[in-house]
Amino acid sequence: MSIDHSLFPETMPSNPERATLEGKNKFMGLWFFLGGETVLFACLFGIYIALKNSTAGGPSSTDLFGLELVFFMTVLLLSSSLTSVYAMYHMRNNDFKKMMLWLGITGLLGIGFLACEIYEFAHYIIDYDFTFRSSAFGSAFYALVGFHGGHVIFGISWLIVLMIRNARRGLNLYNAPKFNTFSLYWHFIDVVWVFVFTVVYLMGMVS
Amino acid sequence: MGIAATEKRSIGAFIWDYLTTVDHKKIGILYILGGGFFFLLGGLEAMVIRIQLIEPNNDFVSAQTFNEMLTMHGTTMIFLAAMPIIIGLMNVAMPLQIGARDVAFPFLNALGFWLFMFGGILLNLSWFLGGAPDAGWTSYASLAMDSPGHGVDFYISGLQIAGAGTLMGGINFIATIVNMRGPGMTYLRMPMFAWATLITSILILFAFPALTINLFLLMFDRMFDTAFFNVNLGGNQVIYQHLFWIFGHPEVYILILPVFGIFSDVFSTFSKKRLFGYTAMVFATMLIAFLGFMVWAHHMFTVGLGPVANAIFAVGTMAIAVPTGIKIFNWLATMWGGNITINAAMHWALGFIPSFTIGGMTGVMLGSAVADYQYHDTYFVVAHFHYVIIGGTVFGIFAGLHYWWPKMFGKILNETLGKITFWLFFIGFHLTFMIQHFLGLMGMPRRYWVFLEGRELDLGNFISTIGAFFMAAGVIVFLYNIIHTAIKGEQAGADPWDGRTLEWSIASPPPYYNFEQLPLTRGLDPLWIEKTEGNGKIVPGEPLGDVHMPNGSILPFLMSFGFFVAGLGFIYQVDHWLGYIALYGGMAFAIGCMIVRSLKDDHGYYIPKEELEEALVEREAD
Repeated sequence: MSIDHSLFPETMPSNPERATLEGKNKFMGLWFFLGGETVLFACLFGIYIALKNSTAGGPSSTDLFGLELVFFMTVLLLSSSLTSVYAMYHMRNNDFKKMMLWLGITGLLGIGFLACEIYEFAHYIIDYDFTFRSSAFGSAFYALVGFHGGHVIFGISWLIVLMIRNARRGLNLYNAPKFNTFSLYWHFIDVVWVFVFTVVYLMGMVS
Repeated sequence: MGIAATEKRSIGAFIWDYLTTVDHKKIGILYILGGGFFFLLGGLEAMVIRIQLIEPNNDFVSAQTFNEMLTMHGTTMIFLAAMPIIIGLMNVAMPLQIGARDVAFPFLNALGFWLFMFGGILLNLSWFLGGAPDAGWTSYASLAMDSPGHGVDFYISGLQIAGAGTLMGGINFIATIVNMRGPGMTYLRMPMFAWATLITSILILFAFPALTINLFLLMFDRMFDTAFFNVNLGGNQVIYQHLFWIFGHPEVYILILPVFGIFSDVFSTFSKKRLFGYTAMVFATMLIAFLGFMVWAHHMFTVGLGPVANAIFAVGTMAIAVPTGIKIFNWLATMWGGNITINAAMHWALGFIPSFTIGGMTGVMLGSAVADYQYHDTYFVVAHFHYVIIGGTVFGIFAGLHYWWPKMFGKILNETLGKITFWLFFIGFHLTFMIQHFLGLMGMPRRYWVFLEGRELDLGNFISTIGAFFMAAGVIVFLYNIIHTAIKGEQAGADPWDGRTLEWSIASPPPYYNFEQLPLTRGLDPLWIEKTEGNGKIVPGEPLGDVHMPNGSILPFLMSFGFFVAGLGFIYQVDHWLGYIALYGGMAFAIGCMIVRSLKDDHGYYIPKEELEEALVEREAD
């Protein structure tokens, strides 16, 4: 089997992302990477829970958080996970255009989420003087939510590079695993946000 | 012959080959070279520590230098010497043992190595740029926050970069073992070293992110004035200790489990028996790894977590003695009734059993929370962890080097010199550290620059320092052995030890594609099965065909260099705006390399079937 065979979309198998050894390795490797990322975020959640009441006289979570914006952000990010599932569905059906369309929507929703988060941070900093440095609570909050936001930025950049690179050449066995690993990574970011939403914002409103 | 052609190439081409290589065997050799270099550096630091403590009130080095020496000794030996050499051996041997042509991510493998190398260099640059880190290898926030100068910043940046490399190595090995085992190589037919690699990699995967986060917190606090560990703003320094040991305790198993694998292979090969209780060994390894995550707070008994927490962690700690005991008895039973060859590798393995058992025993003593208040931060602890890390890890590394040296370089390390190394090192090791148990029980605290006269500590410290010189002599003999072997060593065949596993079925050193045809594994110890039940040759598990190989690339080197520059930038941005140029410049360069990697297709290349046929015919002729 020569490598060129894998580049003909007409003869592509039904699961192009895992049809080659490289694809299988990427799939497996990304899952393990996400395992490590889970520990990374678990540490940040632990730190946040330990320090969330250490406000040092500064604003506390009940002073700061408003659920309206966070709810909107959650809707954006959860929908973007759904749209990336649609994209993967079209990839398996070898429908490149629709895949790119849904990936584009995924990216836009991610950018929308990011814009809200930047607005949120600016709001806290300007209106409440609540920064990374103001208290241990501030440090822990920006570290946890900021690490998540950093992951979103990385994911969007990754998606843009992937889409531009492959815009003109369609799907093949070489790039299908790349799209698929992106999608897995994006789901992970989404799952982490569910926990951020619960632990940071919902629990922050209760206490 | 391919080898003759290799020798004719220029030095420049040779260096370029190693800078761009993605071949797991070459990367393994690079890891061993890099780790070996840092091992010598860490050894020199140890000698300075021991010379300072040879007599009471000594002034060989200043208190500040002493703190830097002990910090760098610990950090270097664990992160830059022991772990890289072990990962090097894994790289060399594991893919061959499971019948794979390469690892799952050859590019990532190279990136992991270069990140480790640049991280190590960054850390050691601190010696020339205003002083090394001085807050101990644990760099507890309490001390690290107050450490003046940039020493601790170098610790943070250097370890962050090296740690990222290790994490990549771990992911790579897991994916390799899960996806790329050869035909017939089921999990329970893998050699113990491959098992140890798998389980160690899982430990790396789940332990290192805790270190990553901890280093980030320390970086934010030191360089960007955040408040994680600033008690005035509500910070909490115990968090650092927890996170450090959530990483740090699995880390000691990352150091010891691979050498358990090496010893298992060495014992069974040189006893001419299959490993006794193979399945029990596998599950004992898993159990140790699992329990390894459950006992971190036994490093923190004196912090004041309360009697309940201390009791739970004490019991968990002692439970680890059970699977470890299973292993010790299985090794003894493997030798029982075997046809034993006692060569250099076997010397290290035999020396390991009593040495490590002593370390395990003092471990159980330390695990008793009540008694630990007496031992904590004394030389008793120092003696304990040197017994397990030297008596286990370093002995294992020497055994592994002797065992796989012919596979790596095609020559057998000189046996006589190997045995001299062993005896010098073994005697020196016990001389240095046995007495430290008693120094500790007599109340000598660890990490102290001087001790006073007339406290009955003089003789013990003197003996300890003399022992250190014996160990240094042993290492020098080993270095001589390497040179001697390279010049005069006897050529090793494919199978110098009458081996049992797949790596001994191919040439030494192996061809760059490892196997012309992937080997068929018919059971545990596949080569031994073919020797006793077949014609002594491995049966191919696939028809001869074109072989797909990855392309070499300079990108891993460049990317790591970018992060190295960015690391320097992080350290110096607090002093000068030029630091930001290094920071953003280095980051942009590294990310640029990543984008190039992403944009440029890399399909690899194919070795034509005809070339492999020729190689096969040539091998048949030998």
